[in-house]
Amino acid sequence: MAAGVATWLPFARAAAVGWLPLAQQPLPAAPQGCEARSDEVLVVNVSGRRFQTWKNTLDRYPDTLLGSSEKEFFFDPDSGEYFFDRDPDLFRHVLNFYRTGRLHCPRQECIQAFDEELAFYGIVPELIGDCCLEEYRDRKKENAERLAEDEEAELGGPGGAGADWALPPGSPFRQRLWRAFENPHTSTMALVFYYVTGFFIAVSVIANVVETIPCAAGGRAGWREEPCGDRFPLAFFCMDTACVLIFTGEYLLRLFAAPSRGRFLRSVMSLIDAVAILPYYIGLFVPKNDDLSGAFVTLRVFRVFRIFKFSRHSQGLRILGYTLKSCASELGFLLFSLTMAIIIFATVMFYAEKGTSKTNFTSIPAAFWYTIVTMTTLGYGDMVPSTIAGKIFGSICSLSGVLVIALPVPVIVSNFSRIYHQNQRADKRRAQQKVRLARIRMAKSGTTTAFLQYKRNRGLEDQDGAERPALSTRSSSAFEQQHHHLLHCLEKTTSHEFTDESTFSEALGVISLGGQTSRSTSVSSQAVIGTSTRASSLISSCCPRQNKQRRAIRLANSTASVSRGSMQELDTLAGHHSPGPQSSRASLNAKTHDTLTLNCDSQDLVAAIISIPTPPANTPDESRPRSPASDRGEGPGRPSSGSSSSSRGALRNSSLGPSYLLHNAVKISSL
Amino acid sequence: MNLEGLEMIAVLIVIVLFVKLLEQFGLIEAGLEDSVEDEMEMATVRHRPEALELLEAQSKFTKKELQILYRGFKNECPSGVVNEETFKEIYSQFFPQGDSTTYAHFLFNAFDTDHNGSVSFEDFVMGLSILLRGTVQEKLNWAFNLYDINKDGYITKEEMLDIMKAIYDMMGKCTYPVLKEDAPSRQHVETFFQKMDKNKDGVVTIDEFIESCQKDENIMRSMQLFENVI
Repeated sequence: MAAGVATWLPFARAAAVGWLPLAQQPLPAAPQGCEARSDEVLVVNVSGRRFQTWKNTLDRYPDTLLGSSEKEFFFDPDSGEYFFDRDPDLFRHVLNFYRTGRLHCPRQECIQAFDEELAFYGIVPELIGDCCLEEYRDRKKENAERLAEDEEAELGGPGGAGADWALPPGSPFRQRLWRAFENPHTSTMALVFYYVTGFFIAVSVIANVVETIPCAAGGRAGWREEPCGDRFPLAFFCMDTACVLIFTGEYLLRLFAAPSRGRFLRSVMSLIDAVAILPYYIGLFVPKNDDLSGAFVTLRVFRVFRIFKFSRHSQGLRILGYTLKSCASELGFLLFSLTMAIIIFATVMFYAEKGTSKTNFTSIPAAFWYTIVTMTTLGYGDMVPSTIAGKIFGSICSLSGVLVIALPVPVIVSNFSRIYHQNQRADKRRAQQKVRLARIRMAKSGTTTAFLQYKRNRGLEDQDGAERPALSTRSSSAFEQQHHHLLHCLEKTTSHEFTDESTFSEALGVISLGGQTSRSTSVSSQAVIGTSTRASSLISSCCPRQNKQRRAIRLANSTASVSRGSMQELDTLAGHHSPGPQSSRASLNAKTHDTLTLNCDSQDLVAAIISIPTPPANTPDESRPRSPASDRGEGPGRPSSGSSSSSRGALRNSSLGPSYLLHNAVKISSL
Repeated sequence: MNLEGLEMIAVLIVIVLFVKLLEQFGLIEAGLEDSVEDEMEMATVRHRPEALELLEAQSKFTKKELQILYRGFKNECPSGVVNEETFKEIYSQFFPQGDSTTYAHFLFNAFDTDHNGSVSFEDFVMGLSILLRGTVQEKLNWAFNLYDINKDGYITKEEMLDIMKAIYDMMGKCTYPVLKEDAPSRQHVETFFQKMDKNKDGVVTIDEFIESCQKDENIMRSMQLFENVI
């Protein structure tokens, strides 16, 4: 209900007196409970800035926070004002809405923040006034698109070109082949294939071009020059055959690997591929007949479509094509207006020049050519008006041509620029995504480490009551203490325990492969991954709760480990040393292999590994939740706690770790 | 000069373009007279009401009530006056099902006592004062004024028919029982005239009207209905 309605209601009711003498039935009684309007000034304190307004102003919209009794929750009786701990700048707009009945959208504020404020105050965004509605919608749509892109890039984009992570090793050959085709950076073979096809496309196009250049005239033909294609027919034929063979092979492979063959056959790129190779085959099977040679020549023209195959290799070309597609309506408008203008001016010129003898303007279609050449300011000069009227109309024609063509161009340009920048942004985001994910993972691991440490502290206090370990003075805030207590309560409730990653993966290896082989597999699999990981997993797996000294050192180093882990992880990512799984495992483990010597020697290793099965045997779960889809059913890995699942991409990566490790371990044990 | 048809057209076009060009540069001023008037219309009308004390003396509202009224009024109409379009818009917000424009027109005329095409705050306040705080006589007077469209002191059958039709228009189409074409309003007018027109001369004068209303109990009772609107 608009503000105006509330103000005018008393007037409308008063005007109802006019119906009284006409009423055929007795009128109902007026509603009671409308006390005398006593207007008072309310003070609303928003983060220190005081706003004052009439109570009536706020009462205009009874279904919002400020207009209903909900604001009483925020009333501070000591100061007699309503206190809101929100943004005072944005509150200004909210209050203006009550005052004027129109909600305006601030141009320099983030649209998301504004939305949140509106949601808090119970105002529906649809109430935004017409003056600001367009912009609000545009900005919101832009934001939503950007967030959708973000999510897509995070998830790796199903089948999208942005996904760089490797497929799990067990995927079928067909899927890997398609992956290699779509994203050449995944493997070296794909890259090689990519460059080879690119090279052959270039060769083919150049051959087509060179074929027609006149080579030096052959002696027997006199002084007549002939094109190179006729002089060296065999060479060109061989080159063409080779190119077509490669293209055919590529096309067939793509067809085989495509997840949906129907869709692939209908896609633009496959059509271009088909058109590029068909002329050759048609030429092969059609006999060299004089009648059909004309058609044969036409077919050769289609060979030039091979140049469009480059669009797989060049992003700029793809952007151009996409722009043209999205500007289809503007181009259509341009074409239509041009056609109209051409017809009009051609008619006028024809009739203007009709009287002249020996004129070029023989018919209106003949005048079309003149009009087009003039409007696009080409001015070949093969057709020129000679009468005065013709000249006047001709000059008007050229002036209007400039205008008509110039009009839709800015629209097309702005579209192109928008799409181009979007693409740039997507590329940048992909590069930053890895770093972001790494940081998020590190933060999560920090929480887990802190919790495990808290538990050890409690364990310490439980076991040896009198002795207080000196190093547990890492003062945690009240928030952390309460958070850890909460996690502890959850553990007790479900009678499962949180562990860290390495212990869990060890447990996996131990449980599914049996006790005997576990030792060898875990050791050898660690050897496969790398010494750093091995050292760290040894450190974390050994020395459980038996050796106080090692514990103390571990406590001290856990802080260092977190920061180091992040550094190492970033280095790992930057250097593209290993695919996802490995880096994620390493994130949690302290890679302090340089400074920290192995605390445990081999003896301890055996003892430690044998002692592993006991605690984690019943508690095969992880502190981090894993999406069930990625768990390939190997070993018990169902998480009982699902804390946060914000960066699913990271989790998927990291959860691939244990299963990947397991795969390797299985392979090694079978040797 | 022997100009042919097309050549003449061409020359004409050139001359027209030339004149337009000169106009652009301001060397020729065509249509000078219209521009000044346009400028005048652009300026918005502003109106400031009488002093608060004066209004308090003239109407039956207290100072506080007048303050509240004026604040709401000024918020809706910053220029200080309500023109008929705005009036119709406001009224149509209260009766979304039907078409309230005709009735709003009559109402506007009833409020616009000085007939200058706009309702100022004083008109507004005076009207409300009568309707909400006036005596029964004054209210009935006001109602008579509303029905008497041409303000000649008599309500004829045609005027009453117009008013009735306007009121029934506000109901809209979705009513129960279904409103047929004109019959209900005609019937209503007949009833009204039977009741009010004492000397059966086809028109209702102000005295007849007041007298008949005072005799009707229903009407008298319902006069008290709208007293505590403000």
